[in-house]
Amino acid sequence: MRELTCVECPMGCKITVKTVDGKYEFSGYSCPRGKMYAENEVVDPKRVVTSTVKLVGGGVLPVKTDKPISKKDMFKVMEVINSLTATAPVKTGDVIKSDVYGANIISARTIK
Amino acid sequence: MKKNYDIIIIGGGPAGLAAAISAYDNGVKDVLILEREKCLGGILNQCIHNGFGLSRFKESLTGPEYAERFIDGVVDRNIEYLTETTVLSISDDKKVTAINSDEGIFTVEGKAVVLSMGCRERSRGALNVAGTRPAGVYSAGTAQKYVNILGYMPGRSVVILGSGDIGLIMARRMTLEGAKVHAVCEIMPHSSGLKRNIVQCLDDFDIPLYLNHTITNIEGKDRVTGVTISQVDENKKPIKGTEKHFDCDTVLFSVGLIPENELSKTAGVELSMKTKGAVVDETRETSVDGIFACGNVLQVHDLVDFVSEEAEIAGKYAAEYVLFGKKDKDTINTNCGKNVSYVLPQKVNKSSKENVKLFFRVQNVIKDATITVTCNGQTVLSKKKKICVPGEMETALLLANKINELNGDITVTVEGN
Repeated sequence: MRELTCVECPMGCKITVKTVDGKYEFSGYSCPRGKMYAENEVVDPKRVVTSTVKLVGGGVLPVKTDKPISKKDMFKVMEVINSLTATAPVKTGDVIKSDVYGANIISARTIK
Repeated sequence: MKKNYDIIIIGGGPAGLAAAISAYDNGVKDVLILEREKCLGGILNQCIHNGFGLSRFKESLTGPEYAERFIDGVVDRNIEYLTETTVLSISDDKKVTAINSDEGIFTVEGKAVVLSMGCRERSRGALNVAGTRPAGVYSAGTAQKYVNILGYMPGRSVVILGSGDIGLIMARRMTLEGAKVHAVCEIMPHSSGLKRNIVQCLDDFDIPLYLNHTITNIEGKDRVTGVTISQVDENKKPIKGTEKHFDCDTVLFSVGLIPENELSKTAGVELSMKTKGAVVDETRETSVDGIFACGNVLQVHDLVDFVSEEAEIAGKYAAEYVLFGKKDKDTINTNCGKNVSYVLPQKVNKSSKENVKLFFRVQNVIKDATITVTCNGQTVLSKKKKICVPGEMETALLLANKINELNGDITVTVEGN
């Protein structure tokens, strides 16, 4: 049994997840969005990772994964991000490294 | 440099940028933005997490990405701006005195001025937390600047006081960068941060949130070596015997934001005790003719999307002031009813030709809420909401035709079922 807090709205419903015969059962949600949130959280929760990489010549560049990655891979993605550097000029959306745990690491700022 | 401008905007963060663009698009091209930092964008530059722009752009942007859209808007319009320029004072006749390394001290005069200086964090000193005065005690926003702009970690082993959003965001950020965050303490029985941040910044990393707890001692001579936290009773007094000790090298404070109104005071702008920002009407004009205010210097927002919206109102009416001159005002007041801690704008012109969105906050968590706006006992507006929480700003839209019929002050009330 697991308890989740729904983040779809400020209600923050406590949703209880039980496994019955290998299937998930949910209770405590008060709308369809809540149920969908709980299903995603139980099966494969995903998060966008945002961080910074070193800029050659000084300073840092904010970066993010261009789509959510599996929550369990967050620290592995961070390890990759921390090994990267970028060089100006760089534009928002430029790929800094492609295909990192299913996402691209892209620049989140333009530096001229 | 030029000495006279139509509109001078104090601060180049999200509010100042949106106000400048709005003023320009409403017919006033002669605009100057004065910014203290090296680049435009304000606090968004260090808010590298995502979640900005969900209501305005229907996508989840990081802070720098959100800022860039507005900076591009300013640059595309060739709106003038000065960075690394600190404003020292503003007079009630709209003379702005500032300083930078090119000009020294200089004065520029505006036909209108927009105040968009933002807010600052409440500090350890404001709370009187007991203990020594070692290095390693930061406001959450200062730590955020170290990590996200300057690129180094201010510590490795952290306790956070206050569950404000910046503190929660920094709990995740420092954890991702390899620090151990032992605990977040919140003196209130509920978190002041967004639900999303509790789940994705604390729960995701198994960081405990201690509600009804505060830090009762900070230890260490040169550097923080540990803290003691205690549970508090209903009067917020620490309860003896509930102490817990954590070894740590860093303490972050995320205990509230205060609008930065020192400059507003030099101009003689009337401030509200409730919002700690200027008293304004629906055009965001302050008590001083031709001086407008918007963004976190006016009221502390939780979403930048609302800051942009508010700044566009201020920019538009600052432009109208420049183009058409001072308008006669006949205003009613907006008062706080039950469970409401403030309402903004504090005044509404009865002759308003446009709908007016009232922004307000509730004092505590209210489920199955009914929001009502009344005037002399008559209901002007009523709507239901499943839940209202202090951490999230509420709104109510007054239609222009209803406003024109008002014959007295209005009161906003929120009641639970």
